[in-house]
Amino acid sequence: MNRFFGRTLLSATLLTAPFSVPAFAETQINALFMAQAAYSEADVRAMTEAFTKTNPDIKVNLEFVPYEGLHDKTVLAQGAGNAYDVVLFDVIWPAEFAANNVLVDVSPKITDDMKAGVLPGAWTTVKYGDKFYGMPWILDTKYLFYNKEILTKAGIANPPKTWDELAADAKIIKDKGILATPIAWSWAQAEAAICDYTTLVSAFGGDFLKDGKPAFQTGGGLDALKYMVDTYKSGVTNPNSKEFLEEDVRKVFENGDAAFALNWTYMYNMANDPKDSKVAGKVGVVPAPGVAGKSEASAVNGSMGLGVTTASKHQDEAWKYIVFMTSQQTQNAYAKLSLPIWASSYADPAVTKGQEELIAAAKVGLAAMYPRPATPKYQEISVALQQAIQEALLGQSSPEDALKTAADNSGL
Amino acid sequence: MSGTWITTRAWLLMLPLLIVMVAVIGWPLVDTVHLSFTDAKLVGTSGSYVGFDNYVRLVSGNAFGRTLFTTTWFAVVSVTAEMALGVLAALLLNQQFRGRTLLRALMILPWALPTVVNATLWRLIYNPEYGALNAALTQLGVLSDYRSWLGEPGTAMTALIVADCWKNFPLVALIALAALQAVPRDVIAASFVDGASAFARFRYVTLPYLAGPLMVALVLRTIEAFKVFDIIWVMTRGGPANSTRTLSILVYQEAFSFQRAGSGASLALIVTLIVTVLAIVYGTAVKKVAGSAA
Repeated sequence: MNRFFGRTLLSATLLTAPFSVPAFAETQINALFMAQAAYSEADVRAMTEAFTKTNPDIKVNLEFVPYEGLHDKTVLAQGAGNAYDVVLFDVIWPAEFAANNVLVDVSPKITDDMKAGVLPGAWTTVKYGDKFYGMPWILDTKYLFYNKEILTKAGIANPPKTWDELAADAKIIKDKGILATPIAWSWAQAEAAICDYTTLVSAFGGDFLKDGKPAFQTGGGLDALKYMVDTYKSGVTNPNSKEFLEEDVRKVFENGDAAFALNWTYMYNMANDPKDSKVAGKVGVVPAPGVAGKSEASAVNGSMGLGVTTASKHQDEAWKYIVFMTSQQTQNAYAKLSLPIWASSYADPAVTKGQEELIAAAKVGLAAMYPRPATPKYQEISVALQQAIQEALLGQSSPEDALKTAADNSGL
Repeated sequence: MSGTWITTRAWLLMLPLLIVMVAVIGWPLVDTVHLSFTDAKLVGTSGSYVGFDNYVRLVSGNAFGRTLFTTTWFAVVSVTAEMALGVLAALLLNQQFRGRTLLRALMILPWALPTVVNATLWRLIYNPEYGALNAALTQLGVLSDYRSWLGEPGTAMTALIVADCWKNFPLVALIALAALQAVPRDVIAASFVDGASAFARFRYVTLPYLAGPLMVALVLRTIEAFKVFDIIWVMTRGGPANSTRTLSILVYQEAFSFQRAGSGASLALIVTLIVTVLAIVYGTAVKKVAGSAA
């Protein structure tokens, strides 16, 4: 199919050649990105344009899909033989992609400057075993956002430091009649729910796996789900959270309908944009809370990387593009949307200006990033846990039973 | 010219088509059957022969029975509603009134919308915070509080069925309307003269003309409904707590999310088998109806 199109394209080029400017030996690479959060589609196009200016011989075709379709589209294209050259991948996929030979091991291409300059935590995004499968690009974790005005109205002086405090504060806001359901989460049957759950698992000191076997059904993993169910049943959590994705949480928060919300970096500047948001100027951000005696703060590693697929016929050009996209210069220019992966960027006033609060939260949050389990069976664990969370929230089974079933269905 | 020559020539003329059919339908089917007996992954390994393991594991697994029930429920309820609504709409649009042409054109609109657009539209309508449905029902005093339509197992399936019906009943209406135009006016006039009631006119005059085409609509819609995927994937992704997960979503998860191409193929074949059986049963019924109508 590809070859057929290639040939058609070639003959078309040959036929029209006399009428156009002399063609360079142009290489085309296809890149797959995400159509939401962090960098927007327009930003990725602008970055790519800057790349083609300095590399006119490489043409980059961009394609965007929602996060929910990114994994499957990558794998499907690879399986169908028309793979992308460059793909954006989530921190949870390197294990599976490495096991199934989807991504190129780029360890030899990572320079010493890169190794020294990029934040150590960011590398965990693209690493499986001792190999690197790409460059980290979006460095991200979930933060606790709060509405300063609502907290003041409720007489709460400081944002909560522990999850218990958060629930207590939310109850005060509810009891005072300021908001009926103060906390918004993204608990839809999707990966988003696992990110919120993981944040809580890290706070409660839980483990996903121990010696390769599920361990989330007891200890911190169980406490995390119990916390979710408790805040849901007591009514301090917005009950619609169970059909929310991150964008729904953002809309509710920006509408002033949530006092607290757990979300990614990108919400900070969007919620502070008066064009978009009713709560601009009132947005506070802190690291997600901890649990007394167990943790100071909590965070999920929600970073994403750019990699080259094994089926790519232009791996060198693809890598060149990735190096540009992840360069400090590019990342600093777009730091309002996603914090840079480069350590020294955080000392640059051009990066920190206007988002000092976010950077302060990031220093704690990024250092506490907790990984979701690195296993080729990740998708199965995730789907099983999504079901467990929803069953427990809906009261179809107890947190204990739900997680036990998830462990049985996890494929491990 | 001898009969055999005509037959041979007919075959020769059909040959190019047959080759194309074998290539685009036959080969993938054979390949899928082969795949279903292996433990192949979507990318990476091509897999080794495992016999009926995939089938046994899937059918005995706890997800299959529940998903089959969900799918059947969705298909039966949505198709029944679509048939009823479609016939009703066709009967109305078959009357003489001003603006009939405009209304007929408007009615096609939902059916012409891409499913994903339709699903996104309904997601907005059902939005638990800002959705039009909640706003309308609270303003009418039917509801006191906004509800999470897609977030509760009790309402999620119904909400999906409504969205599916809205999109697909126009197809049934269109087919029924075309059939209604074929009812001879003198027969209807005669039934008036005979003093038949409205119901009797419908039952004994109109219905026999409608039955054949409606059977076709029924077959088309049932098969489509049984294979439903996109509308559900966009609106609930099978949630909450898997209460709207249909067979096609299970196939998708197995083959693409979990990358188990082998067992995904066997599940897809099970679905194909069920749909084929349905098609045959219906096909026989169509013949009977068509025979009795003639």
